[in-house]
Amino acid sequence: MVEHSKLDARKKLTIDAVQQQKVNEVVAEVQARKKTWKIQESKGDKVFLFFIYVYLVLALIVTLYPLIFVLSASISEPHYVASGQMVLWPMGVTWEGYQLIFNNSDIWRGYGNTIIYTVLGTLVNLVVTIPAAYALSRPEFYGKKVFMIFIMITMFFGGGIIPTFILIQNLGMRDTIWAIILPGATAVWHILVTRAFFASNIPREMEEAAIMDGCNDFVMFIKIILPLSMPIIAVMALFFGVANWNSWFPALIFLRDRSMWPLQMILRELLVQQNMHSMPEGADAAIAAHRRQQLAQVIRYGVMVVSTVPIIMVYPFLQKYFVKGVLIGSVKG
Amino acid sequence: MESTVEFENFKKKGSFIRNVKKSSQLYAFIFLAFLSVFVFAYIPMYGILMGFQNFSAPRGIWGSEWVGFRHFEAFFNSHFFWQIMRNTIFLSLYQIVAAFPMPIILALAFNEAKDGFFKKFTQTVTYAPHFISIVVMTGMIISFLTPEGLINNLLGIVGISPTNFLSLPGWFPSVYVWSGIWQSTGWGTVIYLAALAGVDPTLHEAAIVDGASRMKRMWHINLPAIKPTIVVLLILSFGSIMTNGFERIILLQTPLNLTTSRVISTYVFEVGIEGGRFSFATAVGLFNSVINAGLLIVVNYISKKVSGSGLW
Repeated sequence: MVEHSKLDARKKLTIDAVQQQKVNEVVAEVQARKKTWKIQESKGDKVFLFFIYVYLVLALIVTLYPLIFVLSASISEPHYVASGQMVLWPMGVTWEGYQLIFNNSDIWRGYGNTIIYTVLGTLVNLVVTIPAAYALSRPEFYGKKVFMIFIMITMFFGGGIIPTFILIQNLGMRDTIWAIILPGATAVWHILVTRAFFASNIPREMEEAAIMDGCNDFVMFIKIILPLSMPIIAVMALFFGVANWNSWFPALIFLRDRSMWPLQMILRELLVQQNMHSMPEGADAAIAAHRRQQLAQVIRYGVMVVSTVPIIMVYPFLQKYFVKGVLIGSVKG
Repeated sequence: MESTVEFENFKKKGSFIRNVKKSSQLYAFIFLAFLSVFVFAYIPMYGILMGFQNFSAPRGIWGSEWVGFRHFEAFFNSHFFWQIMRNTIFLSLYQIVAAFPMPIILALAFNEAKDGFFKKFTQTVTYAPHFISIVVMTGMIISFLTPEGLINNLLGIVGISPTNFLSLPGWFPSVYVWSGIWQSTGWGTVIYLAALAGVDPTLHEAAIVDGASRMKRMWHINLPAIKPTIVVLLILSFGSIMTNGFERIILLQTPLNLTTSRVISTYVFEVGIEGGRFSFATAVGLFNSVINAGLLIVVNYISKKVSGSGLW
């Protein structure tokens, strides 16, 4: 054996470019095989992946189809929609539905109210939630545990809808904007999520150093903590904003005055109660009753689009922030 | 300010006053949250007393007549009681059986798909319904399910005659559960995808070397990786078995489907807010809250035993 290898070594030294080339060829072939082996899935894997993609395409279609249908139906000639001829793309395009919607004062007023409630409500949510979450994230905060228990109990037990209703009435907040904004000011879950963010993203040493330098908690919060927590504030603003935009139930029980209704309440009347009496008021004389009946369904699809567009428009750009918000929450939860 | 606090540190170490003073500004941070929780969550808890009275608004809680458990007895003996309980629990169980596995399956599928435009697009689209308001969602359901709506038109192509889904009480549970699946499955994957992203890639490499197929790896590596999340979420959903999606049900409810759609929370709304029987409705609501809290405690205990993690 040993002699053999010695001989081989000598041979290798004496010869030879030819052999070297052979070796290179083998190496190249092995590498090529490796590559194909990596790319090439087994037959079973290919079939499996095929089914995975089929399933995902199905999920995509099932989710997307109703959305496209609503969009198409909102600009189609009503009788094509009712007869089922319009299946996917718009047929007999008409903007009449949108014209009626944009001429409707209820919708505009509802839109305005919703914007006010959303902006103000979200501001109140943030002002209440973020500082509280920060205080609860400070380890040396005396009484932290008591406060945590105090707010967390409300996640599991509450007085219920009737005592809340009586309370709002006794406070004289019925038919005021405060009945919409204040009862939901504190969201315990969001405090917990924000607190988790502060606890894991703000270096303790920095706070300690600031305190050593004579910085008080207010100055520290505004000058140091807030600039560092813009991601979580953005996430929370989004969550609160969407919730406020879509909220309707407090308005149902607390606002009797129609002129104060948010958009979702107007939509409830049009879409759920199928009550159209308010609808083509702007153009009622011009439109025959039969046509009105026909247009009712187009209007319904139109208002779905009009009310959802602001959220669906911004959502793809903000998706990663929403996802981030869920993930911060799940770490602790 | 700070120096006096520091000075007091030396004077009386560990005293209550020193601790409170040291955190004094932090109390200001929490004050608004404390106040709003106190007013809008704790005062209503005190209002629960109404459930044991014949409450009259002008006399207030201290002036009203006490009746003990009469409203509870009235509820238990009413002919609605079993119907409501059955609906409440049936909707929850249907929801768990049909809806709970959906995001798990979808997340596992997303995880197998190659990163790229298709995957990203599909994720974005399937997340989107989560952001549609409940009112619009219900509007879509109603428009689609009418006799001349989308679903019946599609069924007509296959030759199935139209059904008026919304006026047949038997259809209500399915309409409720499957519309919820459409709206929430995509968004529900987020939490599972996070757990899947944490799977150690060397596990997969080792399994590939050992000749494990994709399906085997999904079953033996990915699924165990999200098992803790699944267990906790499943246990929690059993804890809320007496709670349903109130806003969705109340919007889908019509006089025609009451026999299957009337659940505890909508009944409280119906007799309390709409009917004005405050005391009776409060008692029914309290009955529900107590069961919910009890269930959560039990379920949390089980969760800790089984998976080592719970809510608290």
